[in-house]
Amino acid sequence: MSENQIFTDFEVVELIEEKQINFSEVLTGKNFYLINIWSSWCEPCKDESEYLLELKNNTPVMMIGINYKDKKKNALNFLKLYGDPFDQIFIDKQGTISINFGAYGVPETFLLNNDYKILKKYIGPLSDKDVYEIKKTINN
Amino acid sequence: MFMKSKKLSTIKILSILILFYTNFMSIALASTFSEEQTVNITKNLRCLICQGQTIHESNSDFAESMKKYIKSELEKGKTDEEIFSSLVTKYGQWIVYDPGISRNTLLLWSLPLLLFLIGGVIIANKIFRKHEL
Repeated sequence: MSENQIFTDFEVVELIEEKQINFSEVLTGKNFYLINIWSSWCEPCKDESEYLLELKNNTPVMMIGINYKDKKKNALNFLKLYGDPFDQIFIDKQGTISINFGAYGVPETFLLNNDYKILKKYIGPLSDKDVYEIKKTINN
Repeated sequence: MFMKSKKLSTIKILSILILFYTNFMSIALASTFSEEQTVNITKNLRCLICQGQTIHESNSDFAESMKKYIKSELEKGKTDEEIFSSLVTKYGQWIVYDPGISRNTLLLWSLPLLLFLIGGVIIANKIFRKHEL
């Protein structure tokens, strides 16, 4: 989805428990939500993980991971190796969940507010500048 | 007695065959319809990460995901218009090859007609002036 768009609901499956829920159920209780589409086979996702960890540790944002066309075993190994910045992770085996977000591929990141409005969309890996911008948006 | 039971078995077999055939045909027709619809939709969608290819032509990761997405939306009972409209919301008007008439594309659609009318007025004016002289 492009910036300022409000997303429509869809079903997602959790990576660990493989439980199916509506995505809107996840978006509760926080002012900001950061949705990151990632995969263990995605090289830029490795570079990006330190930025995601920084946001997880230094902001009150809820971190949601969408694991894109990946194997569960590889995804869990990736998180063990590079750190797990996510509060919740969902599977996107077919790539259709990412289409629901209006994504082009991996990695991609969306910052949503509590009105489910997309405030920022980042195509490609996050950079120092992006992290600064996200922090600024959250703190304002 | 024997003839009657034979007749009953034949009816039973025939009924099973008809039931099987109608079921098979309904599944086959439903999937063909959906497949054709998927193709029609994907032919009018631009592959946003490819050069000059439709989603239908492209084998890119994005195009493959998009094909599966469209199929699943059709299975949910969504119409072509609903699918196009939701994709335009997500990706912008650029994703469709045939953008249709909307507030944003009104100028684009009316420009040829406007140019034609302006051209006609200029030509008519010239002819009128020539005749006046």
